[in-house]
Amino acid sequence: MNIALADPVPMKKTREGFGRALVELGEENPNVCVLVGDLSESTMTHFFAQKFPERFFQMGVAEQNMCGVAAGLAVMGKIAFYSTYGAFAACRDLDQIRVTLCYTKLNVKIGGAHGGISVGPDGATHQAMEEFAIMRSLPNMSLVVPCDFHEAKKATKASAAHPGPVYIRFGREDVPVVTDESTPFTFGKGEIFGEGTDITLVACGTMVYEALRAREELSRENISARVVNLHTLKPLDADLLVRSARETGAIVTAEEHQVNGGLGGAVAEVIVREHPVPMEMVAVWDRFGQSGKPSELMDAFGLRAKNIVAAAKRALARKR
Amino acid sequence: MSTRVEPTAIPAHARGRLAWPPDALAEKALEIRRDIVTLLVDSQSGHTGGPLGIADFGTVLFFHEMSLDPANPKWEGRDFWHFSCGHVTPVIYSLMAERGYFPVRDLLQFRTFEGHCQGHPSAHDTPGIEVSSGSLGQGLSVCVGVALASRLDGNPRRVYPVMSDGEQQEGSIWEAAMSAAHYRLDNICATIDYNDIQIDGKVQSVMGIAPLAEKWRSFGWHAIELNGHDIPALIRAYDEARTIKGKPTVVLARTLMGKNVSFMEDDYHWHGKPPKKDEGERALIELGTTYEAWKARMLS
Repeated sequence: MNIALADPVPMKKTREGFGRALVELGEENPNVCVLVGDLSESTMTHFFAQKFPERFFQMGVAEQNMCGVAAGLAVMGKIAFYSTYGAFAACRDLDQIRVTLCYTKLNVKIGGAHGGISVGPDGATHQAMEEFAIMRSLPNMSLVVPCDFHEAKKATKASAAHPGPVYIRFGREDVPVVTDESTPFTFGKGEIFGEGTDITLVACGTMVYEALRAREELSRENISARVVNLHTLKPLDADLLVRSARETGAIVTAEEHQVNGGLGGAVAEVIVREHPVPMEMVAVWDRFGQSGKPSELMDAFGLRAKNIVAAAKRALARKR
Repeated sequence: MSTRVEPTAIPAHARGRLAWPPDALAEKALEIRRDIVTLLVDSQSGHTGGPLGIADFGTVLFFHEMSLDPANPKWEGRDFWHFSCGHVTPVIYSLMAERGYFPVRDLLQFRTFEGHCQGHPSAHDTPGIEVSSGSLGQGLSVCVGVALASRLDGNPRRVYPVMSDGEQQEGSIWEAAMSAAHYRLDNICATIDYNDIQIDGKVQSVMGIAPLAEKWRSFGWHAIELNGHDIPALIRAYDEARTIKGKPTVVLARTLMGKNVSFMEDDYHWHGKPPKKDEGERALIELGTTYEAWKARMLS
């Protein structure tokens, strides 16, 4: 399929998609419970809290305990969603996630809000950019990085239906809405958002929009770029990646995350084994974030369509 | 097949709450200790002291207090138990096997590639282990979640976390303690194995946790201090916990690491090592049997 961007592109928060989906899940399934660590409005779990107060648990600023309590709820058959900023959800809770959640394979879903450099003014401590690497390394864990409001909603609902622990990453800011309610979403499967034959741009989260813009720019230079929205980083859609490598012969990955162990690494792990082609990565280059406006940080950290275009040209130059 | 006659009318493997009398519990606790030493002699890997100290209150929990169905570990009517201190697997597995979760002979494959009894509890491997553990400080939180879910479901289930005293140094324990009191979870009755020993020595010298009962009380819990080897006192304490409303209960069980083996008692060197064959033989003689006899019983 080819995604056509509206003009102007509407803007909406991914975390709102999470919050709205939780309410729908609560209506559909009495076993859905939600926990939060003193951030109910930031994580937009307050919608669920208003509607289902008996199944909503405020856990205070105690994230490790929140993870364990969610685990206990899951042991008794609940589908437990817990949410806080990604910096705490992924990093502070790692030991609980590893031993209690993943080793036991419990039905706990983690809503990691405020991921990426676009978190903005709060600065490095609150700009989670390590979650992909952490979650990808854990057996039994799944990882989804939705690109916009609608996809966040679908990803949240799909994660409830997927057995075992799932981490879902959201951003803080309004981001371009590139999909609509009817856009296909299958947990664990990437989606072609723009056909192309010369190179494949593989992106997740906010970078899907930047990849679509990059595709437009490249087409003006007669370069035909495929855009793959790889919303699920684990389990990884290896078939689609290998097929894209075969059919286009070059790959650029784009993510709002550290280059180490992120989307680029995940794609490379498949491509080097199955069908090596020139690859470039657009990511945060092993450095902490800083305060600033989200847009100026995206520029400064090289996470824009123009950076993807430049990376694509580098990859194409290496293509025989 | 064992020809041994169970010491009470209710068989050890039965569904429900066994409520065995103190003398039968004392006899079972002795057998649990024999299992622990024998399996450790064979594995030559694992923790000895803590499991021997836990044998008495563990037996009271499994053979008197808790309603369980070993043949169907996820039985809706079960009480929930969880050892947050996962390293005491020799006593956990011995209690489970004697209660009927799996054959006693499986204990002899503790920590082996072939067996299901992993070094630390694994829900993936051992029938009846509901949640994996082994990294300290996580289990009380899990029990808070189980207690909340049970209340949500209107299930009268009681929840029995077991913690070690060294584990009280983990901050996450106190996060969990705070939340259990906040949610008034009177369906939780925790037990702490308070032997004052951890890997590097006496708990009070490594990182003091005293006054422990006062800490728990100030966190909103009902705390009961007792001798963790006094079986009638343990029965009374768990009965008392059922009467406490609006707050969770913690039983601080003062135990002796290595209890009933003279050369192991209260010696921190026995925290994390198994007895060598000759040491195990001496221990089993002190426990009223021999290595060969007890191993044959376990294999029968």
